[in-house]
Amino acid sequence: MNPNGTFLVNEIEDIILNDHQNGMDGSLISILEDIQDRYHFLPKDALILVSERLGIPLSQTYSIATFYNAFSLVPKGKHLVSVCLGTACHVKGGGDILDKIRRELDLDSRETTEDFEFTVEEVRCLGCCSLSPVVRVDNDTYAHLKQEQVPKILKKYQREKEALEA
Amino acid sequence: MRITALEDLEKARERGTRSLYPSKTKIMVGMATCGLAAGAQEVYDALLDEINKRGLDVSLSQVGCIGWCCREPLVDVLIPGRPRITYGEMSPQKVPEILGALTRGEVAKKLAIGRLDEDENLVEGTKRSYLASGIAAANTVPSYKELGLFKNQLRIVLRNCGFIDPRNIDEHIARGGYLALHKVLNSLSPEEVIEEVTQSGLRGRGGAGFPTGLKWKLTRQAKGDVKYVICNADEGDPGAYMDRSVLEGDPHSVIEGMIIGAYAIGAAEGYIYVRAEYPLAVEMLTTAIQQAEEYGFLGENIFGSGMDFRIHISKGAGAFVCGEETALMASIEGRPGEPRLRPPFPSESGLWGKPTNINNVETWANVPVVIARGGDWYSRIGTETSKGTKVFSLVGKVENNSLIEVPMGISLREIIYEAGGGILAGRDFKAIQTGGPSGGCIPKELIDLPVDYEQLTQAGAIMGSGGMIVMDDRTCMVDIAKYFLTFLKAESCGKCIPCRSGIKRMHKILCDITEGKGREGDVELLEELAVVVKGGSLCGLGQTAPNPVLTALRYFRDEFDAHIRDRRCPAGVCKELIVYSIDSEQCTGCGRCVKVCPREAITGEKKEPHCLDPERCIKCGACYEVCKFDAIVRR
Repeated sequence: MNPNGTFLVNEIEDIILNDHQNGMDGSLISILEDIQDRYHFLPKDALILVSERLGIPLSQTYSIATFYNAFSLVPKGKHLVSVCLGTACHVKGGGDILDKIRRELDLDSRETTEDFEFTVEEVRCLGCCSLSPVVRVDNDTYAHLKQEQVPKILKKYQREKEALEA
Repeated sequence: MRITALEDLEKARERGTRSLYPSKTKIMVGMATCGLAAGAQEVYDALLDEINKRGLDVSLSQVGCIGWCCREPLVDVLIPGRPRITYGEMSPQKVPEILGALTRGEVAKKLAIGRLDEDENLVEGTKRSYLASGIAAANTVPSYKELGLFKNQLRIVLRNCGFIDPRNIDEHIARGGYLALHKVLNSLSPEEVIEEVTQSGLRGRGGAGFPTGLKWKLTRQAKGDVKYVICNADEGDPGAYMDRSVLEGDPHSVIEGMIIGAYAIGAAEGYIYVRAEYPLAVEMLTTAIQQAEEYGFLGENIFGSGMDFRIHISKGAGAFVCGEETALMASIEGRPGEPRLRPPFPSESGLWGKPTNINNVETWANVPVVIARGGDWYSRIGTETSKGTKVFSLVGKVENNSLIEVPMGISLREIIYEAGGGILAGRDFKAIQTGGPSGGCIPKELIDLPVDYEQLTQAGAIMGSGGMIVMDDRTCMVDIAKYFLTFLKAESCGKCIPCRSGIKRMHKILCDITEGKGREGDVELLEELAVVVKGGSLCGLGQTAPNPVLTALRYFRDEFDAHIRDRRCPAGVCKELIVYSIDSEQCTGCGRCVKVCPREAITGEKKEPHCLDPERCIKCGACYEVCKFDAIVRR
């Protein structure tokens, strides 16, 4: 996506083409998944373009985009913080970890920080129950978390931004 | 390199055997998702680095998960002629110690947690001793056979997990892989395959326990030229990860099962619907399917038999309801995953309206063994009505958080106290939750209950996919009931009003109860709503949604009463009903709680008992978490 928040038509076209070639079934869902991966949300214009290319009514594309949890219609932060609230994590204090992260990032009722650095979301089971409570930040998984470790972990990603700016 | 005859399979087997048991020392790192999360990649990198630095002639390999989750990351060392040694809680810092011992031909005793003297090939029923003649087992390290976690296990589904590199099809073949397929295509008719599966007594491992042989038969008999088989890998129950472990550790077992099923049913195409939260499983499956195609196990003219079969992967997009078979098929078809009325059942009209057979990962992985060893052999394992084994993820407040596979009929006590090693931190056992959001909590009074489909259902829970979450006296059962309804409220697809609105109302009542706003009559109202939700919903999600609440009411009614009448949470969990304080007898004044308190609610002199100001306290529990002296009290 370019800095103005618009996406490149070519990129979406590539995603649609790629999906067919990779032997994934080329269905709407897997195309939307790839767009979600690429932009961290589904831009409205991208949905329109996909509908046109696949010859599917926009209403149908929209219904898929809103049915599945993997999709978001609003932009997400650069780092995705997934707090596991599976049963094992729940009984071991995952909810307290979530509250702590939200306090640290000053989120109140929002999901995404104002600087679009972090989006915090609850997930119901990452399937690493033996490591509970678990939090995943992007592709890094943190196991047996305690509240006191939270600030240090978030700092690590905040520092990345500071380093870039410097 | 296509395999068309038994001789080709033998050649692949020889290659696999050489890489499984090389003539030089072999080091294996458990690198499934949980191992990686615990730091297995760093350990692997450190091993590689150090091996190169020291110029050691050692083979380094990655394997799936052996299920000893609480001791991850795990590293196994196999020196030819000696027992296989497992090292636990590995870190890059411990690598030199292991390699040092290994070069001296010794065991790093302090880090070793288990020893295997032989390797069992479940498919063929053979054993291979690791010990060269004249070499005694390393007695200082406990044998897997003596360890509580492993001694009751019978690993049929998990036969290769933790032993083979999941990306190496030859290693899978070396442990009997694709032998059953060869047998099926060369000597059994589809009807005979179905007969074998029926005789085994295998029932669906996704939770409901429908007889697999019967399901296959119905799909075979259904009219139509085009038929499908589907593997349900949308493992959505929170607290369950057995399917992930199989897909990440031994994907070919599922693929082989599906090919056999496709032959029996008469399908030329199959789908694996796998949840998007499992990227590594998707990666392993993709690699495995490619390899199976190269070897000619998938594609046209399989094993030269004239059978054609292909498998496609379909990724889920995060909707729990898609674990329900009709919703799953709608999702593969590219539509929102809303369940539909049955009948017609998928065996008659499934994917794109064609006869379809859906089984879950664990069921498929059982199939090659059922065929190779025979239905009769399989049916001798388990209980009267529940045959074979079941994989359970044993998690929560239990010492050995682990993935175990045990024969049906084993008691909960054996699972919790032998395999699980008892309750975490020596607390009291309160209940065990099985069956995820469709199941329930079984109380300690029923700890001797034998685990099979019927017994669990009678107790008000269900077998489900196999998540077992252990709860201690600090778990609030009202909170757990609320937890599951929070989950189901979010995951109800919204098609049936009793499910959509009924769960919401039940959830609201439970929220009130946990917030100290419960009223007399709430329990009765919950029971009444439960009947409506169960009776008025189309699919399993709604029909079973009230189960967690109903079992909580059945076994823990007194906790509901304490919340409603006394405005008290006996387990000390529900925030609105508890107050934090400091026990001055226990407090040593170490000051750890002061550091973590976000509201400066705790004060006191160093080495003197501290005080907690309940006015400032937000009940975040940070102090409780760090106190080493049990001085923080929640009441």
